[in-house]
Amino acid sequence: MNMTTDSSAPRKPPQQGTTLSAPFWEAAREGRLVIQRCSDCGQLRHYPRLLCSRCFSDRCDWVEASGEGTVHSWTVAHHAFHPAFADELPYTLVTVDLKEGVRALGRWREGSTPRLGLAVRGGFEPREDGVDLVFQAVAG
Amino acid sequence: MTLRDKACVTGIGETAYLRGSTKTAVELQFESSLKAIADAGLRPPDIDGVIPVGIVSATAEDFIDNFGIPDLRFSAVVPHGGASPVMALQCAAAAVAAGVCNHVLITFGRNVTAAANNNKAGARIHTMPQFHYVTEFEYPMGAISPAQLYAPMARRHMELYGTTIEHFGEVAVACREHALLNDNAVMKKPITLEDHRHSRLIADPFRLLDCSLESDGGAAVVVSSAERAVDLRHRRVFISGVAAGHPDSPASISQRPDMTSLGIGKAAPRAFQMAGVTHADIDVAEIYDCFTYAVIRQLEDMGFCAKGEGGPFVAGGRLRLGGELPTNTHGGLLSQAHVWGLNHVVELVRQLRGDAGRAQVQGAECGLVTGYGDMGDGALAIMRRE
Repeated sequence: MNMTTDSSAPRKPPQQGTTLSAPFWEAAREGRLVIQRCSDCGQLRHYPRLLCSRCFSDRCDWVEASGEGTVHSWTVAHHAFHPAFADELPYTLVTVDLKEGVRALGRWREGSTPRLGLAVRGGFEPREDGVDLVFQAVAG
Repeated sequence: MTLRDKACVTGIGETAYLRGSTKTAVELQFESSLKAIADAGLRPPDIDGVIPVGIVSATAEDFIDNFGIPDLRFSAVVPHGGASPVMALQCAAAAVAAGVCNHVLITFGRNVTAAANNNKAGARIHTMPQFHYVTEFEYPMGAISPAQLYAPMARRHMELYGTTIEHFGEVAVACREHALLNDNAVMKKPITLEDHRHSRLIADPFRLLDCSLESDGGAAVVVSSAERAVDLRHRRVFISGVAAGHPDSPASISQRPDMTSLGIGKAAPRAFQMAGVTHADIDVAEIYDCFTYAVIRQLEDMGFCAKGEGGPFVAGGRLRLGGELPTNTHGGLLSQAHVWGLNHVVELVRQLRGDAGRAQVQGAECGLVTGYGDMGDGALAIMRRE
């Protein structure tokens, strides 16, 4: 695979964090999945928000998630709506209920078929210009 | 106070719907607006309220300048995608009921095929502020287009409730049958359930014939106070009940506690209560059909059937003309054109005036129109003829 030398190849949409989400992306690049936690009431939230919707505090910290969860739903892309993904078709996107109580969307490691409630484990895998969150079925 | 029967849709207008229009979105918006104003029996300067809908839209000031409006008293922006036209009905009804103004113009225009726009749906939504979560966390992994973002909702519905490809096909076929009766529909070729089943996969479980049509055109309606409407050209069509609602985690489907719940589930009881009618009173329904699945799900959330039973509900031709609930009698977004559902509002008014031609539901006195936008925001208007 020649992923870096062909400057004319279409590039994937960039992973651009904001001030709010910077800790998520910094951890992701280290291979760690972190979730925002309200410093006042402890409520976990994902995606990152300015306020806790339970106690409305703007103070937060970040906790590391296990990456373990179960399949909530999925879709298999058969049409490339962006040219940078054309070579990867078909690919599967999976939504996962993490055991911490929030939900994450990631790419599905090919080779098996998701089903509702299937136990999965996720982690970050390097890509051209960043990292993708990738899930796979827990063996056994 | 309630908005029940305080406002009427007094004018309707549409451009030709097609792919490859040479006109700009704003030109299409103005063309349909002038038709709607004339249809009401008004002149452009009579408009004293405007709600422009859409991403590429004329501003309130543009309407003052181009329509010679001497005293625009009300304007609003309703930023909820395909839910905007029906939410704008609520906004306009509130404005005229309160006496803020007399005649509110709701308008939409778009040209998505113009090469210069480079704005296919997949790229376009990621320029919209309400999708910033999706754009930051999902787009880079390849969750790009509405079809891909909606598909997990449909998949979960299938897995939990046994909804099938054939159920989706029923919606597609009903819309296409109706489009064949409509001279202003993009799609002119009949389809069968087999055609639907064999159309190419886009984002599993959605196939090509589950997806609405990117198309060019403009549509507009005029909403007037019930008192002012007496003097206008057409038999009055009242907005009897109207409401809006948002799903939990409105902008990101993946974060929704129940992926299969929509904003219209909150709006529908309010609209039915305001109108004082029951589901059995609805003679015709115009239901926002960005995807076939969206119709099935809205029927459930509106209470036409229990949750999970939307698939069997649409089977057997119930949505077709002659069926128990004729739906999308103009062809819908699936087969007429995708103009954010303002065409659904236009069609409901046409039906209630008795002007729907070959697609007329005989004796239609009461009907509903839904809006659905930005991944689950919902709106419902129940209308009746005088």
